[in-house]
Order: sequence, then C-alpha cells, then structure tokens
Amino acid sequence: MTTTLPGTLALAGVTKRFETGTVAVRDVSLSLRPGDFVTVVGPSGCGKSTLLRLASGLEQVTEGRISVEAASTSYVFQDATLLEWRSALRNVELVGELRKVPRQERRRRAQEALDLVGLSGFEAQHPRRLSGGMRMRVSLARALVADPQLALFDEPFGALDEITRLQMQTELQKLFELKRFAGLFITHSVSEAVYLSTRVLVMSGRPGRIVAEIPVPFAYPRPPELRYAPEFAALTGRVSAALGEHS
Amino acid sequence: MSTETPVIMGRSGPTEIDSPRSDHDRRGGGRVWWRAGLRRALPVSAAVGGIAAVWYAVSYLVLPAGQRFLLPPPHEAYGAALGNAQLMGPMLQALGRSAVVALVGLAIAVVVGIGYAVVMSQSGWAERILYPYAVILQTIPILALVPLIGIWLGYAFTARMVVCVIIALFPMISNTLFGLQSASAAAHDLFTLNKASRLQRLVKLQFPAAVPSIFTGLRNASGLSVIGVIVADFYFQQGAPGIGGLLRTYTLRLQMEALLTAVTLTALFGVVVFSIFAALDKAVVGRWYGGHTR
Repeated sequence: MTTTLPGTLALAGVTKRFETGTVAVRDVSLSLRPGDFVTVVGPSGCGKSTLLRLASGLEQVTEGRISVEAASTSYVFQDATLLEWRSALRNVELVGELRKVPRQERRRRAQEALDLVGLSGFEAQHPRRLSGGMRMRVSLARALVADPQLALFDEPFGALDEITRLQMQTELQKLFELKRFAGLFITHSVSEAVYLSTRVLVMSGRPGRIVAEIPVPFAYPRPPELRYAPEFAALTGRVSAALGEHS
Repeated sequence: MSTETPVIMGRSGPTEIDSPRSDHDRRGGGRVWWRAGLRRALPVSAAVGGIAAVWYAVSYLVLPAGQRFLLPPPHEAYGAALGNAQLMGPMLQALGRSAVVALVGLAIAVVVGIGYAVVMSQSGWAERILYPYAVILQTIPILALVPLIGIWLGYAFTARMVVCVIIALFPMISNTLFGLQSASAAAHDLFTLNKASRLQRLVKLQFPAAVPSIFTGLRNASGLSVIGVIVADFYFQQGAPGIGGLLRTYTLRLQMEALLTAVTLTALFGVVVFSIFAALDKAVVGRWYGGHTR
C-alpha cells in the first residue's frame, strides 16, 4: 500500500499536530542508512523527542510518511527506565522475554550485552545499587541486546554528570563502530552532537523544522581528545551558529 | 546504673550511623542484632509503662475508694482474671475463633481486592464503572450495614466474616490499583515498543510494580480486619461467641476484671496481627528491590 522509502529509517514531509492544536514538528524529511549516526539538536521544546516518538511508532504522523526497514528497532529513554525489581541481567533479558526468545539464548545474549557495556560482574545487582552511569549502561545493553538495525536515543545522557557523560559518549561511539546500526540521537548538547555523529541536524524552535544539516567527517573510533581539536571546534561553531539563527 | 548502660549504648552506638549495612550485621553478629532489638523494644516498653502509670493514677488518685471497682488497678484486674482458668479458657477460645474469622475475612479481601483492582487497571472504562462501588463500600459506615447483614446472612460465622471482608476490602483495592498504575510512562513505552501483550504488561510490569503497594494495603487491611471481627462479634451473638461477644457479655454483667483483660487481649491481638504484616511488608519489599530495605 505505502511505497517504501529508501534507507533504514526515512521520513518524508512529516508533520505532527497534537489534538490540542500544537504543531510539534513541521515538514521534516530525513533518511538514515546503516552506518549513519545522526544527531538532532535544537532548543528545548522544539519537538526533538516527538520526532523520535514518531520514528519509533509511539506516535502517529499527522501528515507525511515514515518508513522503517529494520527487523529490530531499539529505543533508549531519557532516564534508564529499568525495572527496579529485576537485576541488571534480568533487565536486559526482558527484551528477549517479551519477544519469546528461549531462556538460555536470551540469557547468553544478555550476558554478552552486559559484557559489551563493561558491566561484567554486576549482573546480579539491582538498579538501586548501581550509579547513574551504570544504570544507563544497563539501559544501553538492553537496547543493543536484540542487535537492532535502527537505534533511537532520546537524550539518554542528559541527566548524567559531566564526567560520566563524556565517558558514556566515548563508549557509545565505540559501540556504534562495532555494531554499525543506523542511529538517531536527540540531544541539546552541541559538543555531544558533533562528537557522536556522522551528521548533525539542527532544528528550529517550535514548530520544529530542520534548518541545517552539517556532516561530520571524523573517522571512528574517535578519541576523547578529538573534542579539543580545532576542526572539532569549527564544527561545533557552525552548529551553534545555525542554532542561534533559528531559535 | 549498671543496668541502664546497655540501653544508652544501644541508642547512641555506632550502629545508627552504619544502618545501611545492618542487613549484613544482622546475619553476622548476634550482639548487634540484640542491641537493635533492644533499641526497638525501648519505645514500646516506655509506652506500656506510660499506660500503666496513668492507669494506676486514675485507680488510686482519681477514683474514690468506693468507686474503684470502675477501674481496678492493673495488678488486681489482671491478677483476678489471669488466675481464673474458668474465665481465661473461654476467653482464649473466643479469641481463637475471632482470629480465624479475621484471617479468613482478610484472605478473601486480599483475593477479591487484588482481582477487582486488576480488572479496573485494564481500562479507563472499567475503572470509571467499578471504582464508585468500592468508594460506596468504603463510605457507608459499617454499623449501618450490620443490621442488614444480620437479617440477610444470619448472626453467625458467615455474617461476621462478611463484615471483616467489607471493612478490609477498600485498602486492598485502592493500594493495589495505585500500585498497578505506578509504572512510569517510559516503562510502558518500553513494553509497547517490544510489542508486549496485555498479559505480559500486567505480569511483567504492572503487577511487579504494585508489589510494595499491595503489601502496604495488606498491612492496613490486616489491622482493619481485626476491628471488623470485634464489631461483628459484638453484634452477631449467635453460635459460639468471639472475643467481641464476650466483651459485650462482660460489659452487661459489669465484670470489670474480665472486661479489662479481654480488652487488653484484643489490643494485643491487633498489635500482633499488624506487626506480623508490617514485618512481612518490610521483608518482602526489601528483598523485592534486591536486599535494600526502604
């Protein structure tokens, strides 16, 4: 019925108007292929999160089309959103449980995912015993456990302290290099947007439109020191300027 | 002086500061456990001592000797009753019968209350339709229903149990419903994105999230079911009497020693039931979150 658009995730002329009449995003088009890591920056309340909820299917578009070509899509929330009564391992296993993966298989994969985010040895810990950064690592492991082709991130590091945040960014781009999913990452940190992505999209204030698209040429893995390089500063400058013009 | 020393140490010792580790300490050393027990027992003993002091004061200082039978001092009241096997035997049997009624009533209230809340949690419509009944049940004074229950169900075990159920039901319903609705919107999104069925959402998200609230409800309902059985015993006198029935008999005969002892037993019963469920609440909910007590 609907023709597929090219790419893992494609939005064509997407507008979202809520029942209250608020237009959250207007006429947004974008396309993600495997190996694309696209970050979206914009002033708060510009509809960035709505964009992600539309892409994931949690919200329906008012106008335009969305197509997703992915056997598995994952979503990382603003806070870790762990089930407090489950251990770290069982939190990661949840995805397999809901998708009816056999117990041994899902446990093995959950263990692998925890190892990948550096939480070996913390499998049995409940979320209350983990720090904010570790909770977010569990959340990342849960997102990666199903080997998603499309990974959506809704400002996942926004609530972390600065040191943990930089560390998580370093880890995430390593994971991206390893897994090569198509990533869509919402943030309001310009430096985070540039450091993580292959491409930065700048959104205007509400109703959100994409007002600039800035490719980021650096190869992965990206060392943390990249943030102090003049080329990096030049790019963050361009993104900031685009933000300043349109907010 | 020397007998007071451990109490003072127990209150001001370093265990207070180290409280997050008390779980391990409890398993490891008996001494710390003993101290913690003392620290907990102290306020209770103080309360009991306070009550006794007021009681003695009223008996000896307020009441003239001729009216002292209205409130005989504790040692006389308990002394006369506890030594009297013919009085205590039936009293303890009656307490046992009431305990059975209260626990059966509580069990029914728990099952019905959780079930009712689960049905309500499944749709906004179900909640809007069903919640008013629960509220009506809660707001009608139980004493207004008692005559009707007696006329419809007789004046024996069933009627008493129904009173217990009615009085204990609301906290089970409201706490369970609150718990079932306590999972965050993001957690619900997570389940939606993984295409969870309604049953998976209930079993793996809503119900586990409700466990702490269910135990809070259980704690409140257990206390109320004791009140329920006393009220029911008091009004439904057919068949073997419960402790509430004896309270009425003693009152009519002005047997003050027996009455005071029965009141004390009833209060103890209530405290014991409440404490058991409070301890259960703490233990289960603590374990539920991986060993941390709240």
